Amino acid sequence: MDKNKQIILALVSVLVLYAVLEALMMIGILGPYWQEIMRYAMVVAIGALGLSIIYGFTGQFSLGHAAFVGIGAYAAGLFNLTFRHYGIPAFLGSLVVGAVVAGLVGYLIGVPILRLKSDYLGIATLGFGFIVTNGLQNADKLIPALGGARGMTGIPQVQSFGWYYALVLIVVILVRNFVFSTHGRACTAIRENETAANVVGVSPARTKIMAFTMGCALAGLGGALYAHNIPFLHPDSFNFLESINYLIVVVLGGLGSLTGTVITAVGWAFIMEVLRMVLGPLYDFRGVIYAIILVVVIIVRPQGVFGGIEASFLVPQIKRRKAHAAAGD
Amino acid sequence: MPLLEIKSLGINFGGLRAVNKFDLEIETGEIVGVIGPNGAGKTTIFNMLSGYYAPTDGTITFKGKLMNGLKPFQVAQQGIARTFQNIRLFPEISVLDNVRIGFHPRAGYNLVDSILHTPRFMAKEAELTDRALDILATLGLEDRADIKANGLPYGAQRRLEIARALALQPDLLLLDEPAAGMNPAEVGQMVDLVRFVKEKFDLTVLLIEHQMGLVMPICDRLVVVDFGEIIASGLPQEIRDNPKVLEAYLGRRAVA
Repeated sequence: MDKNKQIILALVSVLVLYAVLEALMMIGILGPYWQEIMRYAMVVAIGALGLSIIYGFTGQFSLGHAAFVGIGAYAAGLFNLTFRHYGIPAFLGSLVVGAVVAGLVGYLIGVPILRLKSDYLGIATLGFGFIVTNGLQNADKLIPALGGARGMTGIPQVQSFGWYYALVLIVVILVRNFVFSTHGRACTAIRENETAANVVGVSPARTKIMAFTMGCALAGLGGALYAHNIPFLHPDSFNFLESINYLIVVVLGGLGSLTGTVITAVGWAFIMEVLRMVLGPLYDFRGVIYAIILVVVIIVRPQGVFGGIEASFLVPQIKRRKAHAAAGD
Repeated sequence: MPLLEIKSLGINFGGLRAVNKFDLEIETGEIVGVIGPNGAGKTTIFNMLSGYYAPTDGTITFKGKLMNGLKPFQVAQQGIARTFQNIRLFPEISVLDNVRIGFHPRAGYNLVDSILHTPRFMAKEAELTDRALDILATLGLEDRADIKANGLPYGAQRRLEIARALALQPDLLLLDEPAAGMNPAEVGQMVDLVRFVKEKFDLTVLLIEHQMGLVMPICDRLVVVDFGEIIASGLPQEIRDNPKVLEAYLGRRAVA
């Protein structure tokens, strides 16, 4: 199929899907409960795309991704509460604040810890995640509005699904642009073979910090959206287990697949809710089910459900010049 | 002024003197070979030239610029490309992308261009893709541009590594045992290939090799290293008949 046709078809499908969802919400099949979960799924998708850049494309293992989601959520919430503006400009402003603050923190801790490799980097990010949750639990002593262990309340809620949906689309397009560029290729080169990346002039330190900063900024953007979706922020919502959730999404989806990351993120948000309903009082055992899902997928499809697969409309076409006499051989 | 000037280069690993007083000057357009028995320190010299090891003493000057202390990616950006004895490609990405990464230092667009796919991005990306396909065509890999690098047979992987090095548009190409693991027919093809890319891309080549079948026909000059020191240097014919070289390779009794 022609590339332009593919893209138009994809755009149409995206709009049709949105229209169908809106229609289902309007006639009440998708009630407020499911709407909140749909918005949450968008949050997870954006956060997971961030981790996909860090881990899926650049190969840097992070066990503290939810901490950056939390930083974004609290920063956005604090911005809104401090300036007491509740309109759409304030909403969009708080998204920028969430992304920038999380990106900045990511940059600052990335510079020292990205020198570490694989497991050690995992431990450093894990430690950072604990620092953030602990810090947030006691943050009310410095800034009372953050609420500390009692949680933060009063952040204006934005419940129109359209914003969330549109932001996911924008993020997917921007991340896709990044991935299919020399900067994205530099990330993949670092993941594939750091020594070889060096010999083509790719700076490992710079590339890793760039990827980590961008990934954390996306986590922050997801967090900022989270703050507008759920009226109560608590440090425990961004703890180690949440970080593991993001990791599971990226690994299950397939490292280095945007399509896989988005589909799995949305699927995961719904699976968690379904488990909540099915398990009832046994919901605390959901971790066992996550583990089973992960083990089964890793045995059946080690590269992840969508590993090595990318929706073709996302992949730029390579235009070859016509008259080309193959030389050599 | 020589393109590359190595003066009294040496490196210690703990108490081991791996390379000692290594001198070499290479003029633009030459093909120079470094030969020597296993463990002589050839790859160590390459690793110092490409920034992986910091020399303990001595200097490396490239295009009149002191290279000591540069990191590997900075050395690459200065125009020294290399291949590895054990091939190091980016296995899980396409053959084309393996080459396109080589254009990274001179891609000509910044991160914002990348994220927004600006007109500048589109123009520069199309240009470098064209050039990458040209290089692949030159090395006979164009029809396999879309497959993953680890799907290529061994000989093609060697050529892809050279293709990736060429994408960097280097002045100096370091080849670390380009014919390792090849049969005589393949060695012959590699000889033709090195000559061909050297002419086509205006390169200066420094190579390490064991296979005399590769070294003898293409090298303008040879340097023989043993126990980290130069034991002989000169034209290939001179080296072949040099008793010190035979001794290093075959042992004293064989010569006597």
